[in-house]
Amino acid sequence: MSITAGLRRYSEVNDEIKETLLSKNKAVVNDVNGQRYIGCALDTGKTVEIHGTAGNDLACYLNGGRIILYGHGQDAVGNTMGGGQIIIHGHSGDALGYGMRDGEIYIRDNVCCRGGIHMKEFRSMKPVLVIGQNAGSFLGEYMAGGTIILLGLNMKRGEKLFGTHCASGMHGGKIYVRGAFPKENLSPNIKISSLTDEDKKELKKYVKNYCKYFGQDYEAVMSKPFKKLTPVTSRPYANLYTPN
Amino acid sequence: MVNYIPRRFTVVRDRELCIDCGCCVRQCSNECHYFSDDGKTALVKSDNCVACHRCVDLCPTGALRIEKYICDYRDNANWTPQYQQEICRQAETGGVLLSGMGTPKPYPIYWDKILLNASQVTNPSIDPLREPMEIRTILGRKPEKITVEKKGKSTVEMPPQVIIETPIMFSAMSFGSISLNAQKSLAMAAKSLGTLFNTGEGGLHPDLADYTDCAIVQVASGRFGVHKDYLNNSRFVEIKIGQGAKPGIGGHLPGEKVNVEVSNARMIPEGSDAISPAPHHDIYSIEDLRQLIWSIKQATDNKKPVSVKIAAVHNVAAIASGCARAGADIIAIDGFRGGTGAAPTRIRDNVGIPIELALAAADQRLRDEGIRSRISLVAAGSFRCSADIVKAIALGADACYCASAPLIAMGCHMCQTCNTGKCNWGIATQRPELTKRLNPDIMHERVENLINAWNHEIKEIMGGMGINSIDSLRGNRLMLRGLGLSEKELEILGIKHAGE
Repeated sequence: MSITAGLRRYSEVNDEIKETLLSKNKAVVNDVNGQRYIGCALDTGKTVEIHGTAGNDLACYLNGGRIILYGHGQDAVGNTMGGGQIIIHGHSGDALGYGMRDGEIYIRDNVCCRGGIHMKEFRSMKPVLVIGQNAGSFLGEYMAGGTIILLGLNMKRGEKLFGTHCASGMHGGKIYVRGAFPKENLSPNIKISSLTDEDKKELKKYVKNYCKYFGQDYEAVMSKPFKKLTPVTSRPYANLYTPN
Repeated sequence: MVNYIPRRFTVVRDRELCIDCGCCVRQCSNECHYFSDDGKTALVKSDNCVACHRCVDLCPTGALRIEKYICDYRDNANWTPQYQQEICRQAETGGVLLSGMGTPKPYPIYWDKILLNASQVTNPSIDPLREPMEIRTILGRKPEKITVEKKGKSTVEMPPQVIIETPIMFSAMSFGSISLNAQKSLAMAAKSLGTLFNTGEGGLHPDLADYTDCAIVQVASGRFGVHKDYLNNSRFVEIKIGQGAKPGIGGHLPGEKVNVEVSNARMIPEGSDAISPAPHHDIYSIEDLRQLIWSIKQATDNKKPVSVKIAAVHNVAAIASGCARAGADIIAIDGFRGGTGAAPTRIRDNVGIPIELALAAADQRLRDEGIRSRISLVAAGSFRCSADIVKAIALGADACYCASAPLIAMGCHMCQTCNTGKCNWGIATQRPELTKRLNPDIMHERVENLINAWNHEIKEIMGGMGINSIDSLRGNRLMLRGLGLSEKELEILGIKHAGE
C-alpha cells in the first residue's frame, strides 16, 4: 500500500509516513508535489521511496535511513544528515548535504549552489556525495571532511563542471573531479593532485554504486581521468587573529 | 623583540610575607612567577600578567598584589594609549584584534538609569519571608484563546511548554569555549535550581547525559554535534542566529582547543578548526528560518519548543516579529554588552545595541502586532545583579539568560583573555592541568548560592511593589521610572521619567 501526497500539507503526509513505518520498514509515497521534510530523521533500517518532486529539507537529520527519490529534489536535501543513503533520480537544489556528517548521497543529474557545504567527518563517519552531472557555485564551501565526486556526465556544450568559488574556505575532505574542469573557478586555497591507489579504491566503490543505481556504464565513466582537489591547509584562519 | 607596548600590570611580591612556597609558580599559566636558579626564591616577571588574581587569591600568606602598570603617554583624548597599543599589535602581526568577554567600553547602561517602584500606604507591600511569592516561569507559545468544554476542561491543544522555577537561565556557552567542568557545574546547578543551561554550539558531551532534562541544545551554523538524539534529548532547541558580542559574524574554535573530548562532543576530528560560518546557509530569509524551525519540530515530533536567538541590532523589533511569525516559540535577544569566549574587538565594541532598548522595542512591537503571546521573550546581554533582571522582566522579558555572573561565581575575574585558552580558573580553557582546578562538586554550589540569593532578592523587590507573582511584573513598565534619560530614550523604553 502506498501513500498519496497530492496537494496535502507536509505535516499530514509525514505523519502518515511515520505511522506506516511503525509497522513496516518501507513506505512508498506517490504524487509528491514539493512537500517538505520527507524522511526527516529517518532511522536505520527504514526506507522511504518517493515519486514526484520532494520539497525542501528532504531527509534532514537523516539518521541511517534510506531515501530513494524518483524525481527531483529541492533545496537542502540531506540537511545535517548523520547517516544513511539518499538516491535521487533527477537533480537537486541549493545547499545539498549541508553539514552532512555521514552517509551517502547520489544525485543522477546536477546540483545547484553550495552543494556539500560544510560537510564534515568524524572518526569512522565519512560522508560521500556523488553528483552525476555538474554543480553550481560554491561547491564544497567550508568543507571540513568527507568526499565529493563530480562526474560531469551528459554535460551540454559550454557547460562547466562547477561554478565559481568552488571549495571556498575548504579545510578538510576531498573532491574528485572527472575530465576537464574550470580551474579559474577554484578557490586559491585548493591544490590539484593525482589520485593515489587508496583514492582510486574509494572512487571506484562509489562510482560503481552510482552506475548501479542509475544504470550507467561503469567502464565508460571510468575511462576519463580523475583529479583530486584538496585544501592546502587544514587551518585556513590560523593566523587571522591577534590577541588583544 | 621590542613590541612598543608597555605591560599592563605589575605583580608586587611582599618579600616580608612571601614564604617561597611556590604556590604562585604552580598556579600561573602565564608564567609570571618563577623560582630563582637555586630553586629557593620565588620571583616575578609581570610581562604576561592579565590580572586574573589566581596567584593573589591562592597565596597562603597574602604576599601578592596586582597593580596597574602606570606608564604615562602624553595626554591625548583622541589617541588614547589603547588605540596606540592596538595599532602596535596589528602592526606586528597583521591580525584581526581578538578579545574575550563583553565590551569594556563605557557605553550607557540603562539598567543604572532605571529605578524601581515600591508600595507605600495605598497598596500594601508583601513580605516574601512569610507569604507565598511566585517566580516560576513558563516558556513557550501560548494558545491564541482558550476554549473549554462543559465541565470546564480545556479543549485547547497546548503547545509544548517549559517550566522553570526561576526566570534566570544560563546562557549558551559551548564545551570548547568553556571547560567540561565549567559546563558540568552549570548543568548541576541548573538541575538543582529547576532551571536550564545551554550547550551552545558545542554538542552535548556524554558526561552530561544525566542533565538532558535541563539542557537547551543549540543548532548554529556549523551544525556541530547536531543529530536526531541531540535534538530530542533536551528541554528545548535553540537556533543560534546571532550573539550580542558579535552580531553578524560566525565563530572559529581554533584547533588547539579541539582536544579528544571536545572533538567527541562536536563530532569533528581532534585538532581541526571548528568553523561556524557567519550565516546559516539554509537561512537567507524569514521564510528559510521558518523552514529550519519546522524541520526541528518535525525531527522532535512537535514535542520541543524551538527558540531563535538573535543579537540586538538596529531592526531587532521587526526581526523579532519575523521570528515569531516564522514559528519560533521563544525568542532570545542578546544585547551588545553580552559576553563571548572570543570576538573580534572591533565587532564586540561597535556592533549592536543595548539589550534594554532592544527588549523594550521588541516587546512593544510584538504587542502592537498582537502576537506577543505567541512567543516567550528571553533577554540576554549582561545581567549583573537581581535588580537588572527585575527591570528586564518589567520591560517585557519572560526570562533572562545569564552567563558572566555564574562564571564570576566560579572564579572568573573578567580578565578578558578567554580567547587565549590559558584561563587559570579552569573555565575558558581545555588544558587538563587547568580544567582540573575547577571542581564541579564545589562550583555548582557556588552557582546555586548566587541564583538562590538573586531569587530571594527578586522576591523582595516584587514584594516591595506589592506584587506576588512574576507574571504580574512582566511588561509592567509602570513599575519603572527613568532617571536622566532623554525623551526619546524614555519613549523607546516605554517608561516615564522619575517624578512623573
